[in-house]
Amino acid sequence: MPETLELSVTVNGRPRAVSVEACETLAEVLRERLGLTGLKVSCDVQVCGACTVLVDGLAVSACTYLAADAEGRAVMTVEGLARDGQLTPLQQAFIDAAAFQCGFCTPGMLMAGTALLADNPAPTREEVVAELEGNICRCTGYVPIIDAVLRAAAAGAAAGARPAPEGDR
Amino acid sequence: MIRAADGPRPPSPIGESVPRRDGIAKVTGAARFASDLSVPGMAWAKVLRSPYPHARIRSVDAAAARSLPGVVAVVSAADLADVELYYGHALADHPLIADGVVRYAGEPVVGIVADDAATANEALALVAVDYEPLSVATTVEAALAAGAPVLHQREAEQRPHRGFEEDIERDHPNVCSASTQRWGDIGAAFAGAALVVEGDFRYPLSYAYAMEPYTAIAEWGAGRLTVWTSCQHPFMVREDLARCFHLPLARVRVVVPYVGGGYGSKSYTKIEPLTAALALRAGRPVKLALSIDESILTTRGDGAVVHIASALDADGRLRGRRAEILLDTGAYAENSPLVGRKAANRICGPYRIPAVDVTCRTVYTNTSPASSFRGFGAPQGVFAGESQLDEAAARLGLDPIEIRRRNVVGPGEAPWPGVRGLDADLEADLHLVAEALDWDTPPGPGRGRAVCISASDAGSEPVTTSLLRVHPDGSITVSAGSTEIGQGSSTVLAQIAAAEMGVPLERVELLQSDTTAVSYDRSTGASRTTTLVGLAIQAAARDARAQLAAWASETLAGGRAVEPAPGGVLVDGVHHDWGAIVRAWFAGAGGEAVGRGYLRRAGSTAAMPPFWEIGCVGVEVSVDEATGQVRVERLVTVGDVGCAINPQLVESQDLGAAIMGLGIALREELVYSDEGNLLSGNLVEYRVPRAGDIPPVTTILAERGDGVGVYGAKGGGEGALNPVAAALANAIERAAGVRLRQAPFTPERVWRALRDRDAGGAADG
Repeated sequence: MPETLELSVTVNGRPRAVSVEACETLAEVLRERLGLTGLKVSCDVQVCGACTVLVDGLAVSACTYLAADAEGRAVMTVEGLARDGQLTPLQQAFIDAAAFQCGFCTPGMLMAGTALLADNPAPTREEVVAELEGNICRCTGYVPIIDAVLRAAAAGAAAGARPAPEGDR
Repeated sequence: MIRAADGPRPPSPIGESVPRRDGIAKVTGAARFASDLSVPGMAWAKVLRSPYPHARIRSVDAAAARSLPGVVAVVSAADLADVELYYGHALADHPLIADGVVRYAGEPVVGIVADDAATANEALALVAVDYEPLSVATTVEAALAAGAPVLHQREAEQRPHRGFEEDIERDHPNVCSASTQRWGDIGAAFAGAALVVEGDFRYPLSYAYAMEPYTAIAEWGAGRLTVWTSCQHPFMVREDLARCFHLPLARVRVVVPYVGGGYGSKSYTKIEPLTAALALRAGRPVKLALSIDESILTTRGDGAVVHIASALDADGRLRGRRAEILLDTGAYAENSPLVGRKAANRICGPYRIPAVDVTCRTVYTNTSPASSFRGFGAPQGVFAGESQLDEAAARLGLDPIEIRRRNVVGPGEAPWPGVRGLDADLEADLHLVAEALDWDTPPGPGRGRAVCISASDAGSEPVTTSLLRVHPDGSITVSAGSTEIGQGSSTVLAQIAAAEMGVPLERVELLQSDTTAVSYDRSTGASRTTTLVGLAIQAAARDARAQLAAWASETLAGGRAVEPAPGGVLVDGVHHDWGAIVRAWFAGAGGEAVGRGYLRRAGSTAAMPPFWEIGCVGVEVSVDEATGQVRVERLVTVGDVGCAINPQLVESQDLGAAIMGLGIALREELVYSDEGNLLSGNLVEYRVPRAGDIPPVTTILAERGDGVGVYGAKGGGEGALNPVAAALANAIERAAGVRLRQAPFTPERVWRALRDRDAGGAADG
């Protein structure tokens, strides 16, 4: 029988206890055990970024991150961005800039962008491009996505006190 | 974005970049894709695939797999005697699971259903298949050589959904289909030419990489089959399923949730018959979710080998064009007969050519099956034709844009006999792109520019229906069979319905992609949705308005005629909205008005193609002389779409298409070894464009109201891919003096060409 672990993890601000097999990835646990299907699995080899989630605020590829390594940590998925139906500036900017078409890469893009803006609230275009190199979009040609991140940064700067996304909320 | 628009302004919200209606769902993670779905009692399937590219299956021993706890069913062709194994909308040559022979490495041989995915995976290793390897043909040249192994011994049934009328002609056992395009006196055209340019071009085997892998769930109940799947053409899938399982169409329900990318790769039928067969044997709902590595093996784009010759007068006017195109369709026909038909048409370009003689053969090889891929048939042919036109211009001392101006067909002029006249002004488009590229100012040393164009006979068949229901509160449900694959149809079609009914957009809800619940649409492809489904919705709205006007006359105006007004009618100067009319006619007890829209080959859509899809792209490149790396410095696209219903979405489609073309032209290639193994079958080795690869882009929309669709609209979204490879090859030639005739233009290929140039040899790639 596969080894089973009792995992304690905070997901989108809520403490969760879940039994997982030692070999399970964070993507499997989030999608299949916790029903958080927002994150997508595509390439399965950590090159496309569709499965990007935040672990303690750091963007990681959930397809190759062992769930056991998230023990005691705070995980945030795309479902954790909007609060009480209120979109984050980045989510709103994605809609305004038409920064997606099919939407399959969008959860990962949003998490990568969220990590970037938390770290660097006023990035240059080059910094945005560099940060998004790990996330593939096959539909848009990237320009609207880069624009959306810059737009969200500008909106955050204009608002003065943009709520900083935290992995543990 | 630059918009060049003529003509009167259409009604709101046409021409407005309203936010995508799938926006909230897609930014919050609420959007459900097939991979996110499950149904009660569902079991999981995994597929055992052939390690051999060509082999006879001597035996399958599944006893050990069947006895593994948790395994529900182990299924091979021998277990499916009650199922019609062979499907295919053009040529029914594709068994849903290998039937005694495997024809490519990765072909499904055994399906395993288990309580969970891990158990199904574990059981794969317990199946023993005894193969007798056969000789292989992995290229079109090898497949047509003397003594080549014959891939298909069995004569496949020709099916009605080829997309063209003529028979699939086969002059060699490995030829899947042959199409010709001939007119004029080709001998005289070449005999009297001042210049003949001739060459061979190669376009790679490509992969669309829709980021969502193929996923389907099948459930049987009381002789009815329901399939949830990530597909573009649910009604076509329904037909194949009905045929495989001997069911009436009404007992097959195909439901499509959000689709994570298509680009043609989810056109037609893929894993749905296999999933349904596994569910039938399992006696339970079954989910088959492929990995990306398996998806790469499921469908790809046709590679092409093109021999082309163009004859010209001294002033650069085309006299004739000959071409022999070989498309590598892989192991099965899929949609390649139509891709071949289109390649034969599209290699002629939007040019006035007095004589043409083109043959395109699609050829079976022991590689993964090729089918639709964005632009199908156009990128392969346009690469050759547009490269050759620049070669001719250089030989004649003509400017590349000038040689195109001298040959391009004008508005209303038919590119070849018997087809619809061109519904576009390509000369004006050339002017737009030249202006955006500063064509008349030289680009500086080490840089080169190019402009290329294409016109595709697009739109597929004009066969679609729509239902528009007006509820007692005046809100409206529109049913359209087309699929939201990211192109934005759920937004654009709602905009059309709102404009036609004169109501705010928020009053319109669109229902899509459920063959039982929603009206028919032939397909979501060939850039047809806005134009053709838009026309069906317009017809349904007109039908609803006519009924509502009659009801208003009867119940609100004492039998007198009423005056149309936005969102309702006027009776004695008083406005009654649609909801009030429904309530009055049904005396307040609920009810609804149902408008019907039918579209077929009649009236404005009698002439084929329904519209021409324009490609017009300009690029500026630099070439690193030391490494052969090509850098795209600028990219300009013209979206000649007649009327942009939602300009932001059109712009987004053009940009996405051009970047997809750029990826194939510079980097992407599925490479097979001579032994038939795919060497680049993953996202590490098949490298698609990333954020850092995107050049500065100018997107231009040309809106001249010249399309057959609503408000003069016509299709877009593929056109900007088609000329990209040729434009890059031509710009590389002008930057570095080397002519690349094989895509992708990888640093290695460019570097070798530069080396040959410096050695004074043939400067050809």
